[in-house]
Amino acid sequence: MSLLHLAILLPFFAALLIPLIYTWTKKIHTGWLVLPIPVILFIYFLSYIPKTAYEATTASFNWIPRYGINFTVVVDGLSLLFALLITGIGSLVVFYSIFYLGKNKERLNNFYAFLMVFMTAMLGVVLSDNLIVLYLFWELTSISSFLLIGYWYHRERSRYGARKAMTITVFGGLMMLGGFILLHIMTDSYSLREILAAGPAISNHAFFIPAMILILLGAFTKSAQVPFHIWLPDAMEAPTPVSAYLHSATMVKAGLYIVARFTPLFAVSGVWFTVVSVVGIITLLWGSINATKKNDLKAILAYSTISQLGLIMTLLGIGAASLHFDSLSNNLYAAAVVAAVFHLFNHATFKGSLFMMVGIVDHETGTRDIRRLGGLMRIMPVTATIAFIGTFAMAGIPPFNGFLSKEMFFESLVEITHLNLWNVETWGILLPVIAWVASVFTFVYSMIIFFKTFTGKIKPYLLPKKPHEASLGLILPPAILAALVVIIGFFPNLIAAPILEPAVKAILPTLSGADDFSIHIGFWHGFTPALLMTIGVVIVGIFLYKTHRFWKPFLTVKIPKWLRIGKAYDNSMFYMEQGAYRLTMYVMTGWLRTYLNYMLFSFIVLVLGTLVITDSLNFDFSNLTQVTVVDGVLAAVILVTLIGIVFSKSRITSIILLGAMGYTISIFFVIASAPDLALTQLVIETISVVLYLLVFYHLPQFSNIEEKPKFLSVKTLLSIGVGITITLLALSAYDTTFYESISQYYIDNVYKEAAGKNIVNVILVDFRGFDTLFETAVLAIASIGIFAMIKLRLTKRRRKHENE
Amino acid sequence: MELLMAILIGLMFAAATYLILSKSLLRIIIGTAILSHGVNLFVLTMGGVKRGDVPILGLKATSAYNDPLPQALILTAIVISFGVTAFFLVLAYRAYQELDSESISKTRGHEADDE
Repeated sequence: MSLLHLAILLPFFAALLIPLIYTWTKKIHTGWLVLPIPVILFIYFLSYIPKTAYEATTASFNWIPRYGINFTVVVDGLSLLFALLITGIGSLVVFYSIFYLGKNKERLNNFYAFLMVFMTAMLGVVLSDNLIVLYLFWELTSISSFLLIGYWYHRERSRYGARKAMTITVFGGLMMLGGFILLHIMTDSYSLREILAAGPAISNHAFFIPAMILILLGAFTKSAQVPFHIWLPDAMEAPTPVSAYLHSATMVKAGLYIVARFTPLFAVSGVWFTVVSVVGIITLLWGSINATKKNDLKAILAYSTISQLGLIMTLLGIGAASLHFDSLSNNLYAAAVVAAVFHLFNHATFKGSLFMMVGIVDHETGTRDIRRLGGLMRIMPVTATIAFIGTFAMAGIPPFNGFLSKEMFFESLVEITHLNLWNVETWGILLPVIAWVASVFTFVYSMIIFFKTFTGKIKPYLLPKKPHEASLGLILPPAILAALVVIIGFFPNLIAAPILEPAVKAILPTLSGADDFSIHIGFWHGFTPALLMTIGVVIVGIFLYKTHRFWKPFLTVKIPKWLRIGKAYDNSMFYMEQGAYRLTMYVMTGWLRTYLNYMLFSFIVLVLGTLVITDSLNFDFSNLTQVTVVDGVLAAVILVTLIGIVFSKSRITSIILLGAMGYTISIFFVIASAPDLALTQLVIETISVVLYLLVFYHLPQFSNIEEKPKFLSVKTLLSIGVGITITLLALSAYDTTFYESISQYYIDNVYKEAAGKNIVNVILVDFRGFDTLFETAVLAIASIGIFAMIKLRLTKRRRKHENE
Repeated sequence: MELLMAILIGLMFAAATYLILSKSLLRIIIGTAILSHGVNLFVLTMGGVKRGDVPILGLKATSAYNDPLPQALILTAIVISFGVTAFFLVLAYRAYQELDSESISKTRGHEADDE
């Protein structure tokens, strides 16, 4: 257990203590006591920056070594980038939440406990080397996210959103576990680094593509890629600090982390490139178009998150090409990975600040609806400045950091059209076109967020609260993030060498050999196609923004209801429940007879089926024993009693015929040389008949409730089927002797070993005495049971009590 | 003989099944009784109905005894099925006392009972 392990588990242990601290310290806001944890962790992870530039740090802790499941932690560039985002933004979010959540109104112990569990889970996901441990933390993020979305559990929408997020992300998580297990089967290891090292050797394995698809399913559901994006807008029911932290900056990037992590392994295949970039670009377009339709600021931001995640996903897909082409084209595709990592960082900064900004607006005005908001610039100048920086960075306007990463995005997309691998040449041209359209929409919704909220006329009569500037505590965290946006916008190389470069090298390990690889993000490239595309985005974007209210209605109408993915999800949930309910109601009738029908039918099908399939229906009549007259007569008597019982209308006839059958069988035992059997059968049959008659006295006539026997009823058919099956079974089996009977041993040793001459009796009490012991126990239990049934009258007594 | 026995046992199973599928509790119990007779005969037949002597040493000077093992098994089975039948009969008697009905149509499980 190294310091790194403790760092990961620190928030978790804190979560255990938070409820105690909360009850002890009523006067102070719990958030203040929680705040040091992410700050300490952030500083701790900052200390890894110099080390990670050269090599990865590894620490291992044995958990279940026999199965190769060990809590191994590896800090390389990619993990460190994520760890810094998690702890850094985590600190800001905790600070923000102190001012956002009221001390007396909210159950802060729950909030901070969930949040700290989430932080552990997220750190575990990005730092774990062992796939099973990674999966464990992965599911822990799903669970803590579920708890946080449903934080205000008295709201129906919160519960719905939490359930939806849980269902979809856990579905993906399970798929991913399947993928991990397939990887384990292929490489015999759970260690990520070992699996990645095994890379090309397994690319022809039959499980390679299934494992890839399963892991991608996990990544896509977590990162809200189309069509699994539907949970993210509903997750906006969570408190705003949660939305800012989980659903914009960290958790939704876990899928991106997985994709980036597995790039060295899977990118050798064209399927990876195609699936990742196509899903990414569709998500980018879908999210950006949908964001322009929404009126709720948080919903706009949710769709914008979806869209930006799609953008990063596309870049990671394109980056996969670098494993094939970099020697030829001078690291042009690696540039896509650089762009992905850079944008991932940028998005976390500006989206975090935007969510906090929306939280402030909501907090100060009481609404998030852009139709009610407007003209807040004069009242809330600081918030407006933050929003300005965030939205313009998101839209990709210079001089903010979003501009730089968007430029790099365009460059990579233009580059992809030159790619002549996997038939990209023909369709590849679509990628930059779609991306450009999506960027226009991104520009439009970014403008909507800023201008509809902060400019125009203020409408005080529509606002639930009288707006005023937020307190310093609420302003500070988004202001720090906005400051980062600007600083990185101007000096991108501040983070390029220390943070981004190791991250890119972790994604593309082939680059590690090339020492001359270094990232330099230039602000000015000259008149490249990418710059022209950005200028086009701004011009068309301004035009579309100005005409927004004219074309907005068309967007809503165009998509029919049944095509909406959210609706499809709801319907599928509904029909699954309905289907399961109907099936259960149909199959489980509650009638004993129905179940007997199932059982008998399966018996017939299984036994006859087995006999037919294994070709065991062979009748050999050559070895039959001679039928004597006595046998024939006895069989005839049994047959007559059978017919009599089945067709008898009176119960006394049935009982007497049953007794007759029992006596006949005992005579049969006599001629079969079984005197003990005959004796027992005779006695038992007598007692049984007496018992039947005793009970008979208390029971009514049964014939009146019995329907007439119909030949073609289920009952008759099943009976005939069972009879035929048993007969065929008996005929196929009687002459089949695989080995000698062991009875010769009993016959030889009954006197020598056991000093008895009656072989059956010696078997019962000596050779196989245990059977007899427990058969006696059965009788004892039956008699005690009968006694208890007759004597104990709990219901009657209770009824008496109630009457009294 | 085996052919005859096989057909007879098949008929007993068919009759027992038919009775077990009926609505009256007493008929169901009679069905189970016939079923256990059928099973006993089945075991005996499968053990071989060769004509041998009673498996008691010293009655005759031969050593061709009938197989004693199936007999021991059947003996155990008879006693156990008697115990179960007796229990079942008293259960039917009590059920009739409590429910005032002998028909199993009245003894259908209800989900509402759980609530």
